Amino acid sequence: MARTCPFQPPGRYAELRATTPIAPARVWDGSRTWLITKREHMRALLADSRVRIDPARVPRLSPADGEAEATRSLLTLDAPDHGTLRRVFIPEFTVRSVRAMRPGIERIVDGLLDRFDGLDRPADLVAELALPMSTLVICELLGVPYEDHEFFQSRSERATRLMGDEDSVTALLELRDYLDGLIAAKARATTSDGGVIGTLAQGLRAGELTHADVLDNAVLLLAAGHETSAAMTSLSVLTLLQHPQAWQELSADPGLLPNAVEELLRYLTVADGLRRSAAADIVLDDHTIRAGDGLIFLLASGNRDEDVFPSPDVFDIHRPARQHVAFGYGPHQCLGQNLARLELEVTLGAVLRRLPELRLATDVEALQVKEDSAIFGLHGLPVTW
Amino acid sequence: MRVRIARDLCVGAGQCERSAPAVFAQDDSGLSLALTEEPAAEQWPSVHEAADLCPVGAVLVAVGRLAPYDGRETA
Repeated sequence: MARTCPFQPPGRYAELRATTPIAPARVWDGSRTWLITKREHMRALLADSRVRIDPARVPRLSPADGEAEATRSLLTLDAPDHGTLRRVFIPEFTVRSVRAMRPGIERIVDGLLDRFDGLDRPADLVAELALPMSTLVICELLGVPYEDHEFFQSRSERATRLMGDEDSVTALLELRDYLDGLIAAKARATTSDGGVIGTLAQGLRAGELTHADVLDNAVLLLAAGHETSAAMTSLSVLTLLQHPQAWQELSADPGLLPNAVEELLRYLTVADGLRRSAAADIVLDDHTIRAGDGLIFLLASGNRDEDVFPSPDVFDIHRPARQHVAFGYGPHQCLGQNLARLELEVTLGAVLRRLPELRLATDVEALQVKEDSAIFGLHGLPVTW
Repeated sequence: MRVRIARDLCVGAGQCERSAPAVFAQDDSGLSLALTEEPAAEQWPSVHEAADLCPVGAVLVAVGRLAPYDGRETA
């Protein structure tokens, strides 16, 4: 179900919620799958230990889908291996660790906005702010040395922008090779100079992790954290431009930003369609999900569930929005969620403060959206100020 | 009200600390713990929010006494 409007999930979602919230479906190869559209069902199933993430069993969306998944990463392992691996990463992503990254993120965002004075107008907010912010934060997180930032940025930008074509695959392989070398260098270093890779390299030396574990998961952090944050940033700016009252209120009182970020996460839900499979029969609301059946969680539907969010299609920065499932639910709930919140809070706060006259330089209808991409987003956002 | 964190279930999402920082905190390992077993009444709403938002149901809340928690497999 393609999403064509930046602000609305596919229309079928509301229909499914109302008529068949646990909907039987078949994927291309005929295997049985259930579409889950209500928030409560998502919570129940995603936290259920009989629901598995093992990529060999989740519904495949095309013949080629899932062929390159032979990795041991946070997104491919189930309990108990997943928990063991996740615990290695958790200390880097706690509320406290992420709070310590605020000055670094502020510096990155200020540096990018400093350049806006010299830009031709209109400028593309995706290319000039959203993507580089997201990449540079990942550099900081992983511990990529400053002199390599430009290389890292150009390759991630190509890997993301040209998703799927040959050039993007080359860029992704170059990034992988680069991280490979960085892990080896950090594993040889006697002191950790910070960054997730530095910390993981210590685990590598101690024999708790293999080089492949570190590499697969470093690539995963890049893939999971880069496009998502960039997409949320540009869509959030667009949403606020379309809601001038919210823009004004947030400019006057930045204290409203954290809740506005939750509402943006709920309203925009850029990562939709989580996939799992049932490892045993599961009875839920008179339906029997059989062992082996696939499950597809339409998170953007759960976040518009009228039983949880009254008037769900209204964007309201004051509503209680924290109960969204934009980061998923259960043991795989997004590891980087607190970092993502902070990136959005810092970037939106800086845009409101430093570009108070920002406006869209095109019609909303003319914006190019990533209709069928795994991560929803904008190809570009022309703005002027 | 009594609260406890099921540490074997905790996945370090940090939702409880965000909801009720006076009651829950992530330690150096990133797993959460309850700073007090009997939060003050003014903390109760935020404790309930923490229990609701925890993605793995690791925030255990009981009115009155909490039965001993002996751990349970997540697999």
